[in-house]
Amino acid sequence: MKSVIVGCGRVGATLAEALEALGHDVVIIDIRTSAFDRLPSTFRGSAIRGDGTDEDVLRRAGVDGADFFIALTEGDNRNIMAAQIAARVFGIPRVVAKVNDPVRADAYATLGIATLCRTNLMVDAIYEYLGYPRKHPPGVVRPPAVAAGAGPVGGSAVGEPVPGVATPGGTSSQEA
Amino acid sequence: MFVIVVGGGKVGYYLTKELIESGHEVVLLEKDPGRASQIADEIGSVVLARDGCEGKYLAEAGANRADIVAAVTGDDEDNLVICQMAKHHFSVPRTIARVNNPKNEHLFRQLGVDEIISPTRMILGSIEQDIPVHELLHLGALGGGELEIIEAHLQPGSPAVGRTPRELEIPEGCTLFAVVRDGVPTPLRPDTVLRTGDKVIAIGRTECEALLHEQLIGAEPEIEPADTR
Repeated sequence: MKSVIVGCGRVGATLAEALEALGHDVVIIDIRTSAFDRLPSTFRGSAIRGDGTDEDVLRRAGVDGADFFIALTEGDNRNIMAAQIAARVFGIPRVVAKVNDPVRADAYATLGIATLCRTNLMVDAIYEYLGYPRKHPPGVVRPPAVAAGAGPVGGSAVGEPVPGVATPGGTSSQEA
Repeated sequence: MFVIVVGGGKVGYYLTKELIESGHEVVLLEKDPGRASQIADEIGSVVLARDGCEGKYLAEAGANRADIVAAVTGDDEDNLVICQMAKHHFSVPRTIARVNNPKNEHLFRQLGVDEIISPTRMILGSIEQDIPVHELLHLGALGGGELEIIEAHLQPGSPAVGRTPRELEIPEGCTLFAVVRDGVPTPLRPDTVLRTGDKVIAIGRTECEALLHEQLIGAEPEIEPADTR
């Protein structure tokens, strides 16, 4: 299983380590070399400096043929664009974009992109802690067309987490 | 027409100004409040100091009834998202995106942006047209600049016309590897007879350029003729 992570922040670096521990071949991309300081010294995957929305950079990083792609930079639009390149240009089957703006996250979920909205996740986590019911589907929100399909990507609209990405059913505060 | 312009840089500013002067209804979204108020001082209260990438501000600007959304910020990813939100969320009939990386043109088109304007591509095209056709055109450098890829456009009077690569004195460290004829690229064989209009693609050491020029274009003229274009 080959996984590509764009954005080596806290979540990106932690996820890289976790996926590697699960046996994934991990490529992590960030625009700043210093971001890779977050990776553990034991990290054996590729850490590539470059712009994750640049098709050439992605190709050089070896994105072609990856099984899983997640865009976790601090820019919603960068993540959306990187995810669409991953899906459209490279045909990567499982693509997730972190989109912190709930309106954009909803819009893109209906446009065929699986999204992860930190705002919604955190609000829900706090709601649950206070004893109120959550307001959003938990975890990665799948686009309806994909969710309706069969196979490993299918299932319920929101269920089945990609390993390490979502924690359905509760306490998924994604980033401190 | 009702046009929403997103991005108040130079392009967005002059675009908004021109549109107003031609009698269109315009709203400009510029997320930097300082820049937004500066523009508002100059062209009036058509400026919203909001981030046009956010759905709710597009709605506030009137995206639901806009005829055109033009995304002209300096960031390709922002322009893409603005157009996609306009198109799919607000059903705007016509979306226009400025694209800086020419490689993104195709992707944007695939992703539903109606019109793509690439200043990089336009300037590139203009530069290429301005290069006198009898010159060698540098396509790129390899090996840290020691090698270069060159295109030679064969004009009437070129010593190479009517001859084959085998008959030419190609300098050592240099290979003619392809010819583009009528827009179709084919590998250049030692016995291919070259014609006027052919574009010969060569790769070679930088210092071979003068010799290559002599063989494919002719000796460098003493004085640049005035009517070579």
